[in-house]
Amino acid sequence: MNAVAEIAGIVLGGLAAGTVLFIVSVGLSVTMGLMGFVNLAHGAFAMFGGYIIVLTMNRAQYGFPAALALGFFGTAALSVVLERFLYRRLYRAGELDQVLFTIGLIFIFIAGTTIVVGSEAQSLQLPPSLSGQLNLGIVHYRTYSIFLIVIGFLIALGIWLTFERTRIGGQIRATVDNRRMAESLGINVDRLFTITFAFGSGMAAIGGGLGAEFLGLDPQYPLAYLVYFLIAVSVGGLGSVIGVYYAALILGVLNFVLTLYMPKGGTIFIYALTILILLARPRGLSGGKEQ
Amino acid sequence: MTEVRLQTQALSRRFGALVAVRNIDFKLAAGARHALIGPNGAGKTTFINLLTGVLPPTRGRVLLGDRDITGLAQAERVKLGIARTFQINRLFRGLSVLENVCIAIAERVGAARSMFYPAGKRTDIIDEAMQLLQTLALADAARLRVSELPYGRQRLVELAIAIALRPTVLLLDEPAAGVPSAESHIILDAVERLPEDIAVLIIEHDMDVVFRFARRVTVMVGGALFAEGTPREIESNPQVREVYLGQAPYRAAHV
Amino acid sequence: MSVAASPADDAAAAAPIENPAARALMRRHRVHGWEALPWLAGIAFYFAFPDYLSFGCDLLVTILFALSLDLALGYAGIITLGHAAFFGAGAYAVGMLATYNIWTEPITGLLLAALVAGVIGFLSGMVLLRTRGLTLLMLTLCTMALLEQAANMAAAYTGGFDGLPSLPIGPVFGVFAFNPLYADTQYLFALSVLFVCFVFMRTLVYSAFGQSLTGIRENILRMHAIGSPVRRRVLICYTISAAMAGVAGGLWAQTNAYVNLSALGLDRAATVLIVLILGGYGRLYGAFIGAVVYLALEHFLAQIYPTAWQLGLGILLVFIALFARGGILGLAEALWRRYSGKLSRRLRAERAAP
Repeated sequence: MNAVAEIAGIVLGGLAAGTVLFIVSVGLSVTMGLMGFVNLAHGAFAMFGGYIIVLTMNRAQYGFPAALALGFFGTAALSVVLERFLYRRLYRAGELDQVLFTIGLIFIFIAGTTIVVGSEAQSLQLPPSLSGQLNLGIVHYRTYSIFLIVIGFLIALGIWLTFERTRIGGQIRATVDNRRMAESLGINVDRLFTITFAFGSGMAAIGGGLGAEFLGLDPQYPLAYLVYFLIAVSVGGLGSVIGVYYAALILGVLNFVLTLYMPKGGTIFIYALTILILLARPRGLSGGKEQ
Repeated sequence: MTEVRLQTQALSRRFGALVAVRNIDFKLAAGARHALIGPNGAGKTTFINLLTGVLPPTRGRVLLGDRDITGLAQAERVKLGIARTFQINRLFRGLSVLENVCIAIAERVGAARSMFYPAGKRTDIIDEAMQLLQTLALADAARLRVSELPYGRQRLVELAIAIALRPTVLLLDEPAAGVPSAESHIILDAVERLPEDIAVLIIEHDMDVVFRFARRVTVMVGGALFAEGTPREIESNPQVREVYLGQAPYRAAHV
Repeated sequence: MSVAASPADDAAAAAPIENPAARALMRRHRVHGWEALPWLAGIAFYFAFPDYLSFGCDLLVTILFALSLDLALGYAGIITLGHAAFFGAGAYAVGMLATYNIWTEPITGLLLAALVAGVIGFLSGMVLLRTRGLTLLMLTLCTMALLEQAANMAAAYTGGFDGLPSLPIGPVFGVFAFNPLYADTQYLFALSVLFVCFVFMRTLVYSAFGQSLTGIRENILRMHAIGSPVRRRVLICYTISAAMAGVAGGLWAQTNAYVNLSALGLDRAATVLIVLILGGYGRLYGAFIGAVVYLALEHFLAQIYPTAWQLGLGILLVFIALFARGGILGLAEALWRRYSGKLSRRLRAERAAP
């Protein structure tokens, strides 16, 4: 019983963390797949949204759903502005310029957050309905973690259905597959990219808010988790929702186990595994776009 | 029939379900002036990619003289004398025209291996590059960056790099593509002045160019060889006229 | 020939090649007078700022590290986020050999650092360099993180998070001892090491090999098509670059007399990238300019207004990426070209060649 509970606890905790990772990273995967833009600043949008969500709840006493909605739309709006005025100029530039530009953005976000809010970590006060324990039969586990896993699954399902069943999803898949071909078929790739960029940033914001409770939220957030976002996206495969979902969940569980049992340097196995996977499948587990 | 320089035997290449090149037996004679024509998507560029080793064939063989080069990498085939140009420029855009050619020559003569001898002291290389540029009327642009040249002259640099490799087989993929028609004669003149002993295979859409330049024409349709002969034979072949030459709008669109 | 030689070039007229482009190429590797400036400045710094010599050591190490990155990134176009892996390898090689009193002689110590880092560069490059783009970025990043975690895990040998303090570094040539309180010997040693490495790299980039590296950077597909063994060239370049980064790391460990995990983190990798791009990559002297500007700003701003420093740095990076891709040297060159635009077209054409 005890062992079962422990294993279940680890798996659930890992899945919850992986879910957050997925919600943050999925937008990055799609935008990178669409435009080949190396956007290291994606985590900055997650942080920005996370701050909106946490601050509106803690200081303005908004409810959780309202705060999440505000975080989503606020961050999406900001990302559209940045995309129109800055990102757009670098679509045809080399990776190096994109890397440099987005590292610059990260610094600006970090400094801006420190100046406006302060460098201390923010904590998320969960609503009472989510803060207890849930009886799952074999184990009792934190309601919030279960909530995250369910929400994450629904989001993954929703995005996947959007990709597979809707017109815009079809356009995104076509463009990820072959941008030139898509353009010649009359798909407005620029507009498509703006939309997915905004949506992806909004999702990152939600991820930032949902994860604030256990990932923490402080100005260093975009750098602290950068490697994890990138691993989820590159291992999952650019432009692949399902691939990123699996990669994020595996990464979440693996990280949970390793930090629990090998707090010193255990993450080495994550890096080793990532290297092996990328060497075997340079385009990630799900294949996806040829680079 | 003169000596065969390059030939393929039952050469095929598929991409998934699509057969881009189908069972091609092709011969390029030494010193040939041979044109490869066909509608868009006929597999002409794929065929060139198979000849140069950019792509491995799914089936079939490529022979250079008597030697089977099917398994050789691109770089090894270049060393054996196969050079090419690309339909879309592939140049060292940030470097000067002279450097573009020097890099190719240094690679050919094996100088590019030397790590501690200044490239500037290899006056033989620079000299040869300058002479080549002079024959192509590019000497006045030698010091300009390639990216600063008008597109037509960039196409000439593309040609210069290939010639600098002193190939015995030269594959030209639409050398005048993208060049305004007023300037295209510069490139075609250069192609016409290529040394006689080089076997030249040219992909070209402009039929006037083909009939002026080529002594032999091969027509490719749907990945397969469709017809081959002298320009006159091809021109008078009713089937070719039907699938290709007769399509007046097509021709107009590419001239 | 359609280009007339200018009267000032009479001397070269006797040479077989009379084109200014050819002359420029033939003279490019020659040493210019102004190239003495950085070294004179380096010596002047020693006398003018005796209180800042440990800062000076950091500066020299950063220049060397940025130079090593320039070889891989600026010349061969290998975009890596993990170059600190080699810096760290060199630093830990020197640090561990010294701590356990296996090897404390500084010059051979640096050679060992180069060897260790070079071997790691060669082995990792052999598998990683087949990839490009995001995959390569990720692989270099993960290789570095892997080494970092390995150093963290092997705390019994590496000191883990705390690192290895108070390294016993032997005297240079058995005579000039490192002074732990005053970095005068360290500074001159670092300056000499930088000079040797710079001469090596300068020779390399002006060779035909170096020229072929720029070809790979400018158009890798074309290099394949002219018969260049691209993969081998890139691997050689990456290995040399890694070895040089290892020397930089070893020098860092020697001049500071300690090693810790900060030697191989993302911070250091990102910083050296920023330094190089700030100065201008693919230009040899970009590393010098970038390191001086970055470290000077950091030194004076970061301590007083850390947040403002970060904000300013962020804005600067965005600005460079959007408007000044050649960095400070690129900007200077663009300005120079604009002003010289008033001169004749021929003169402008002459400067167009890098």
